Amino acid sequence: MSFDEWLPVIFMGVMGLAMLTYVVLDGYDLGVGLLMPRATEAQKDTMISTIGPFWDANETWLVLGVGILLIAFPKAHGLVLTALYLPVALMLVGLILRGVAFDFRVKAQAAHKPMWNRAFFIGSGLAAASQGWMLGHYVTGLSAGWQYQLFAAAIALALPAAYVLLGACWLILKTEDELQRRAVQWAKRAWVPVVIGMGLISLITPWVSPTVRDRWFSMPAFIALFPIPLMTVTALVAARALLNSHRVLGKLCWLPFALVVTVFMLGFFGLAYSLYPFVVMDRLTLWQAASSPDALKIILVGVAISVPAIAAYTVLAYRVFSGKARALTYA
Amino acid sequence: MDPILLARAQFAANMSFHILFPTISIALGWMLLFFRWRWLKTRTDAWLVAYRFWTKVFALTFALGVVSGITMSFQFGTNWPGYMETVGNIAGPLLGYEVLTAFFLEASFLGIMLFGHGRVSERLHFISTFLVALGTTISAFWILCLDSWMQTPVGFEVRDGVFHATSWLEILSNPSFPYRLAHMLIASSLTVAFLLAGVSAWQVLRGVGNASTGLVLRVGLTVAAVLVPLQILVGDLHGLNTLKHQPAKIAAMEAIWDTERGAPLLLFAWPDEHSRSNRWAIGIPRAGSLILAHEFDAEIQGLNDFPNAHPPVAPVFFSFRVMVGTGVLMLLTGWTGLWLYRRRGWRPDALPRPLLRLLTAMSFSGWLATLAGWYVTEIGRQPFVVYGLVRTADVASKVPAGMIASTFALYLALYVVLIVAYVAVVKYMAEKPADEGPQTPQSGTAVAAAAGAKS
Repeated sequence: MSFDEWLPVIFMGVMGLAMLTYVVLDGYDLGVGLLMPRATEAQKDTMISTIGPFWDANETWLVLGVGILLIAFPKAHGLVLTALYLPVALMLVGLILRGVAFDFRVKAQAAHKPMWNRAFFIGSGLAAASQGWMLGHYVTGLSAGWQYQLFAAAIALALPAAYVLLGACWLILKTEDELQRRAVQWAKRAWVPVVIGMGLISLITPWVSPTVRDRWFSMPAFIALFPIPLMTVTALVAARALLNSHRVLGKLCWLPFALVVTVFMLGFFGLAYSLYPFVVMDRLTLWQAASSPDALKIILVGVAISVPAIAAYTVLAYRVFSGKARALTYA
Repeated sequence: MDPILLARAQFAANMSFHILFPTISIALGWMLLFFRWRWLKTRTDAWLVAYRFWTKVFALTFALGVVSGITMSFQFGTNWPGYMETVGNIAGPLLGYEVLTAFFLEASFLGIMLFGHGRVSERLHFISTFLVALGTTISAFWILCLDSWMQTPVGFEVRDGVFHATSWLEILSNPSFPYRLAHMLIASSLTVAFLLAGVSAWQVLRGVGNASTGLVLRVGLTVAAVLVPLQILVGDLHGLNTLKHQPAKIAAMEAIWDTERGAPLLLFAWPDEHSRSNRWAIGIPRAGSLILAHEFDAEIQGLNDFPNAHPPVAPVFFSFRVMVGTGVLMLLTGWTGLWLYRRRGWRPDALPRPLLRLLTAMSFSGWLATLAGWYVTEIGRQPFVVYGLVRTADVASKVPAGMIASTFALYLALYVVLIVAYVAVVKYMAEKPADEGPQTPQSGTAVAAAAGAKS
């Protein structure tokens, strides 16, 4: 392939990484939001303070991911977002509610705080479920038909569960005492639907798409790819076993989060392998959807300079606020 | 209803809602940097109190700006799928650079700026505040560059109906960009100036002022008094630029139907698109030509010279009058306020109550003027999305009208609730004592001492 033909592939990679980063980072935010109603008033404040310094930047990865879809693959952006018009609108309403409730709940009158807490929960749930719905539709190539709707509905329930698992593991990492012990219970409960959801995607995607079936179940690919499901299962089982151990409250508090993130990454690579080189499954390849090579080169320069810088100051922000969460006060 | 009009209305509602918040956060970021710098320099508690209060307003404003901005990145695709397919090679890089150079910068350092005190050095905290302010301004740079390019497109060629960039230097210095950027940055500063003055005036009226109230009022009025005249000058230059590049927009702003020399300045009229004339027109003879072209006898092209290619007249005509009217009121209020405040020895309690009430009423006057200004320039670009080259109707989405209408209603309801909540919370915070929180005592002095000891 010439460099011009490589360009769309590079951007597909950057877009994929941005989306993966978004799902992991905002995933734990949204998961914490979904767990809010289960906590006491004081615990709610602690939970918010674990995500307070980060959620703004976490959400920005979605803008980068969709931004690259928009600027590097404009045809796919139009096609995907027109097909997903309604869930996109619902997700946006959810993200708006979640984001503003975060700020309003501590600044508005005390009497209004429960209302904004509810808005925070509803917003997180709406955003997570809509994203699941979109994921379900996207992996089946945006096809119409009741069986696809049903599948999308199942994913719309499974993705919030995955976010809850991630959020609970984040809380195990960032909190102590009673809240931490509760987070372990929450993680245990979320584990089951996550396993079911991942199993469902793994079975149904190859069933509805011959392309995916050939990719995974032909020799020798099947053997070469076998480590992906194997590692996923291992990580999931290890995470579940770890939640039973008391060490998760102490030194190993970071491990469940790391394992669940690994599961997300493996799931993502599996999905990427199923899709490539399509931007929209069986309908639009990334070369058909890409902008002109000249425009992509201009953006690539910016990506090459700024993405490392973004990574650096993301690391800085996480280091400044590392360790167990403390109460947040304005400077 | 016409799906294109619905799509436009929905997009316009989102844009209008979104721009309210960046308009405040662009200038408020720099204002916070100023407050912080004054505190570091003078160690006067009042500056720290001001910094703390306005940081909260900033956090709230920023959050609303972020969430409404995310909405827009999706609506390009949901509402205008043809836009990126046609001009994506030019719009794409500009939008991409905004995300890469501005969004992450501001979002990443915002956490340190808001909550990092005591965890990082005073120096890194100050730098973070600076980077957040810089990020908001860089963001404005890219977005206004793209918008200006859509108004005055240069540096491209069209191959098979798709735009390709030929010169990025030309695109980045397109003719209307410098004027539009300056106009918007000053608009942002004025919005913040009147917000500072208005909230402070409210605190004085309610008797809930603190050590910072008088200082913030003084900063607000001073910025207003200095920048309104500058804004009028920049606006005039912007107008001359528009007359040169987009005469149809000027004709709509002034409701001039037939090309004429010595056009009047209409103070009021009712532009009627059916009869293609103005009803109930009251104008100053020849003043229109003087203001638009700086000559009494200058020829101004009329709308009838642009058949099927001029914007709807009434919205542009009235928006322009709302913007200018608000600007004139801002000039009078800013000057009178500063003059009186100085004469009363900078004692806010000594200011006449009607002035304080006027300032309070004008807290969000910057929003009105800014929105009206954007309506002039964006509706004034119609029926094109890229002026003279790409029609809005050609890039619109094929989503059914019912779907657009129902999501539009959802967005609109949410936006109304959020604007009401925003204003109510700013008011509520302004009425609360200056400092609260478990570990912070009630007086500004003690807070400053505690914060000083920590840093």
